Amino acid sequence: MKNLNSVFAAYLIAWGVFFVYYVTVARRASAVREELQKLKESLNRGK
Amino acid sequence: MKKSAFGGVLVLLLLAAATYAAFFVAPLDTRQGLIYRILFLHVSSAWTGLIAFFVCFVANLAYVWRREPRWDWLGIAAAEVGLAFTTVVLITGPIWAHPVWGIWWTWDARLTSTFVLWLLYVSYLVLRTLLEESERRALFSALFGIFAFIDVPLVFGSIRWWRTQHPQPVVMGDPGSGLDPVMLKVLLFYWLAQTGLMILLLAARYQLEAARGDLEIARREMEAA
Repeated sequence: MKNLNSVFAAYLIAWGVFFVYYVTVARRASAVREELQKLKESLNRGK
Repeated sequence: MKKSAFGGVLVLLLLAAATYAAFFVAPLDTRQGLIYRILFLHVSSAWTGLIAFFVCFVANLAYVWRREPRWDWLGIAAAEVGLAFTTVVLITGPIWAHPVWGIWWTWDARLTSTFVLWLLYVSYLVLRTLLEESERRALFSALFGIFAFIDVPLVFGSIRWWRTQHPQPVVMGDPGSGLDPVMLKVLLFYWLAQTGLMILLLAARYQLEAARGDLEIARREMEAA
């Protein structure tokens, strides 16, 4: 079982990179959608 | 929303099955032992990253030709996703290299060209943050993206054209090179799962950029009102 830790580390780090990236995209998307909603509401109020 | 959730679950199942195959179906390599199992993750991430950069290149060309924002959105999405996969390649490579080569890193043609590729696409993202005006940002980054893609054939050919510390290609290499048939099947299956993940990330990132486009239009309307 030599190098088992290294193999696990490689897979865990890789999944970590993809997971963190997906979470940052989701967070940015949610922030943009929120801002867009606010802008649309203020535009509608202005009309 | 339901569609993307279904896609997400499907990709997760594919990745889980591919990882099971990488650990329990692929036979043990008698020379390298357990550490070679990084191959499935490392090689498939490298292929997937290069595909994402190719998508970015096509989108950049299409933007320069058509000047439609959707090509700019696809370009930035593919560049970021390609960068995520290349980051994984640059992390898993040294973890694999250390027990096999006795060193974490060496500046051979393959490793250097891959690192340069990573730096080029980081620069692509940085460039976008420096340009305020959307059309100028899209055009300049498309032109830079076309230039950055020049490194992709160099990465692909580096282990074919020059002698490197990095091993020769396991697929599409010289006669006599290659993988055990079961290992090859597992590698292709892992690549399929990674490609699914790439499509999922690309779709999510594209939607974000499209929403940013809508936000910019709404801001302009707000300013005009």
